Amino acid sequence: MNLARRTLIGIPYLWLLLLFLVPFGIIFKISLSDYAVSIPPYTPTLDLSEGWQGIRDFFAALDWENYVFLTEDDLYWRAYLSSLKIALISTFLTLLVGYPIAYGMAKAAPEWRPMLMMLVILPFWTSFLIRVYAWIGILSTEGYLNQLLLWIGIISDPLQIMNTPTAVYIGIVYTYLPFMILPIYATLERMDDSLLEAAEDLGCSRLSAFWIITLPLSRSGIIAGSFLVFIPALGEFVIPSLLGGSSTLMIGKVLWEEFFSNRDWPVASAVAIILLLILVIPIILFQKNQEKNQEADA
Amino acid sequence: MKPAAKPAEFAPWLDPNETPLIRFDGVTKRFGDFTAIDDIDLKIYRKEFYALLGPSGCGKTTLMRMLAGFETPTEGTITIGGQDMKGIPPNRREVNMMFQSYALFPHLSVWDNIAFGLKRSKMSKEEIPERVKEMLRLTRLEKFAKRKPHQISGGQRQRVALARSLAKAPKLLLLDEPLGALDAKLRQQTQFELMDIQEKTGTTFVIVTHDQEEAMTVASRVAVMDNGKVIQVDTPARIYETPNSVYVADFIGDVNLITGNATLKDEGLAALSWAEGQPEIIGTAGEGLTAGNATFVIRPEKVAISAERPEGMNNVVQGRIHDIAYLGNISTYHVALPDGTLMKAQAANNRRLSRRSFTWEDEVWLSWTDTAGLVLAG
Repeated sequence: MNLARRTLIGIPYLWLLLLFLVPFGIIFKISLSDYAVSIPPYTPTLDLSEGWQGIRDFFAALDWENYVFLTEDDLYWRAYLSSLKIALISTFLTLLVGYPIAYGMAKAAPEWRPMLMMLVILPFWTSFLIRVYAWIGILSTEGYLNQLLLWIGIISDPLQIMNTPTAVYIGIVYTYLPFMILPIYATLERMDDSLLEAAEDLGCSRLSAFWIITLPLSRSGIIAGSFLVFIPALGEFVIPSLLGGSSTLMIGKVLWEEFFSNRDWPVASAVAIILLLILVIPIILFQKNQEKNQEADA
Repeated sequence: MKPAAKPAEFAPWLDPNETPLIRFDGVTKRFGDFTAIDDIDLKIYRKEFYALLGPSGCGKTTLMRMLAGFETPTEGTITIGGQDMKGIPPNRREVNMMFQSYALFPHLSVWDNIAFGLKRSKMSKEEIPERVKEMLRLTRLEKFAKRKPHQISGGQRQRVALARSLAKAPKLLLLDEPLGALDAKLRQQTQFELMDIQEKTGTTFVIVTHDQEEAMTVASRVAVMDNGKVIQVDTPARIYETPNSVYVADFIGDVNLITGNATLKDEGLAALSWAEGQPEIIGTAGEGLTAGNATFVIRPEKVAISAERPEGMNNVVQGRIHDIAYLGNISTYHVALPDGTLMKAQAANNRRLSRRSFTWEDEVWLSWTDTAGLVLAG
């Protein structure tokens, strides 16, 4: 292998090393440390002036205490489970909303598609925080939604949506919808229309052709979109704290409170490492599955 | 062993007692302002191998898609087996189509692709594997049943598409440029396979193609189309030998066209005066020819080339060899006539190239019999 090729392959690895592995190493180290009233708020810190003995003392002081603590207080695993549940349900809801939109875009006349694509991306031009705040204005007891429903006469008392899990679901589905739509749209758009005609020609109704042909062929888009929604939704902090109120327990909020309210960096780091592991496991399983499929194909 | 009896000629279109399987009556199809199909009447009979031939954009694909049910006629009626097809969707027609892109389902194996239509039919679960096996045998794909479409070659994919569309034993099979994606050699071989399969299954085939050689090879009858209209429907031989218009003569094969002024003669002949100082050309009068502007059409292989002036012929012209196209088995000589017209004559190369009789700039005589060419109106 020549130098040019090595450099070419080396750059992304260097990038990953600097921006992923190094921060991961730092956080992992903090998670093994102990809480201390100092700056930084944990011990031990590496003291190289003491030489070899300093390094040995440093490693001797690291332990798994914080991880043990996480298993003892049921707040943490309840927060993990609740986050998993919210992330799974909202991913599913995003899929339900996003698939028809992506399908409609792919079936639209070609000259309309760039415009529709633009509309999907347009919300990104506004700050994420402002958009979530806007939902408070819509969903609150005196908000536009309740005003509208009261005016139509469907309800006689305003609905309590704000500060409930429903508001969190609405917020997550709204925020992550483009991440679901775009990969599904990409797979649907390059699908050959004559496949559907062939299915119909061979006796399928249009509806069953959708289930037997379109849906399986857009599987890769569905999986990619679901991961793009599930992963950030699992660690989501802003949406549950702004829309979910105190009743919604999510691990992102717990993490934030440990870090900024309690200033307990070691426990916060342990929470973050576990969250990462929870995310890494399904990704690895997914890749194993893909490899197996490819082997079966060959 | 006794030689097989020569089969009676297959020509149901000549039998007035035959009812056609497919009828188009005054069918017109418009897309907005554009008229894709313009008032077409057609009759296609059982077991025919019917070719729709024409340049791209002539409406042949639209015609086929109307048979499949993907397009509905703006005016007129299409009947298949006596039933008016109006309002009947593709999935309820006993018509199957082989798509130009093959449209094989990429996530299904060859076996599942072929079984796809059967699973959606009334066929019982026990019969399906039997039928799929039969189709695999017919298309020689037994070894590839478990592969996915992207794991087989282009020729094999073409056969899967054919097997899939034949599996339900449709009354009518539509083939949209079925061999377009294959290379020349494989295409020729596949043409004969198609004819063989058509004969074995007794299915009526309608094929869309822009390749005239393909249409001539496989079809029992050819419909030549242009601008949404059917110009001529006839057997390949008659399309070639007696085209009804200059368009058909020019579209099919190689042809010499000489324009001039026609006068009608006895015995179905006509004379064409075409250049000053040149004797009139004698040819068979085309259908409906009247005196006046006309075109003489003659195939290059019907023009003889010789060094000496041939005796006792009416049609003789002298010229100089302008160009020679050597095609291996035959050579085409482009001969410049005194008025500058180029005329093509073909001769078989039954001698080695080094001993060829003619070369560039030779003075030669071209001649043809009175009935070899056609004088067509226009």
